[in-house]
Amino acid sequence: MRRFPLLVAAIVVLVLGVASPVAADARKDAKDQVEFGIAVARKGLWKEAIYRWQRAVEIDPTYAAAFNNLAIGYEQQGAFEKARQAYEKAVALEPDNLLIRQNYDLFKEVNDRSSRSTDR
Amino acid sequence: MTARVAAPIASVASALLLSGCASFYEVTIESPIQAKLDVAAYQRVLVAGFVTGGSDDVDANLETVRLLRSQLRTKSGIRVIEADILPLADIAQEQARASGAAAAEAGGDQPGVPQEFPRIRDDKDLAAYEGIFANVNYWKKLGEEYQNPLIVTGTVRFTPHQRSGFVTREQEVYDQLGRRRVVPVRTYMERKGYILRPKFVFIDGRTGTTLYSESFREEILYNASQNTPALSSYFELMDRLVPNFLNTLSTQKIRGTRVLLK
Repeated sequence: MRRFPLLVAAIVVLVLGVASPVAADARKDAKDQVEFGIAVARKGLWKEAIYRWQRAVEIDPTYAAAFNNLAIGYEQQGAFEKARQAYEKAVALEPDNLLIRQNYDLFKEVNDRSSRSTDR
Repeated sequence: MTARVAAPIASVASALLLSGCASFYEVTIESPIQAKLDVAAYQRVLVAGFVTGGSDDVDANLETVRLLRSQLRTKSGIRVIEADILPLADIAQEQARASGAAAAEAGGDQPGVPQEFPRIRDDKDLAAYEGIFANVNYWKKLGEEYQNPLIVTGTVRFTPHQRSGFVTREQEVYDQLGRRRVVPVRTYMERKGYILRPKFVFIDGRTGTTLYSESFREEILYNASQNTPALSSYFELMDRLVPNFLNTLSTQKIRGTRVLLK
């Protein structure tokens, strides 16, 4: 029985030891996708960029920058609901990131303009 | 819009650049906003005229019709009919008097039809003229005259406005070493300007019925000592809402700047 805490500690160390490189690998793979997405988006290939950023958030669902870029891609395509969801996710992951907040504020301004009060 | 938010982005971006971190890229995007109204059935549009009120310094009927026609000509795919601008307020008065007289002749008294129409200053004054937009026969007849176009009409109120209170403005200050800084300063100011309240009504020229209507409100204030011509203010305010007006009839692309992150 006395060996039980030691066993637990050993398991924790083992899991952390394995998990950290795995998480690091996921972030690296996601980052590669994000960078490729940026490169093609800057050439105007937004659909390809969106595909890359979708892959990035699948690989690493905690990657705020990937969600931010994905939101911008959706915005460019006019998919405003998807853009809103992606921005909200990005803001939730990195609430202090000013650039993400600025992007989101700009998005809201455009989106509000398109859905301003109307009466039929 | 862009200027208001571009400055903070630029400042954040330059701060990051200075700190040696270049893990972001500024890109220009064009968000397509779908048209609110399906106008595929119409080949032509008639901007007929507006019931206008407020300042006498601007002929809001003439200027609004001219501006909307020119914007539609250059920024939408629909053909614009060049026709005389209708004095809609006068027509609304005539119609109301005629229907009042007809009701009196029939032996009844028609409530709600004023004998004297007020000068349009507020929404209450404007309400007396609103009946014209529901006059299906009038719009149908006008539509037949121009081969059943989409008809654009409505109301425009352009009124002088003044307000006083504390405002925050930026002031340049120099420290002992001569370094320049910009600091926000709150000061009490008398300001004057204008409020523009247009309501655009879209009518089916084939049936005379209203398809869609949309109201806007834009306001501009200047320092009381600044002498800005009313017409300049009118165009400044219309500039803000014209993209939204055009978006009713055609898909518009809104340009903006965003920051992609690594």
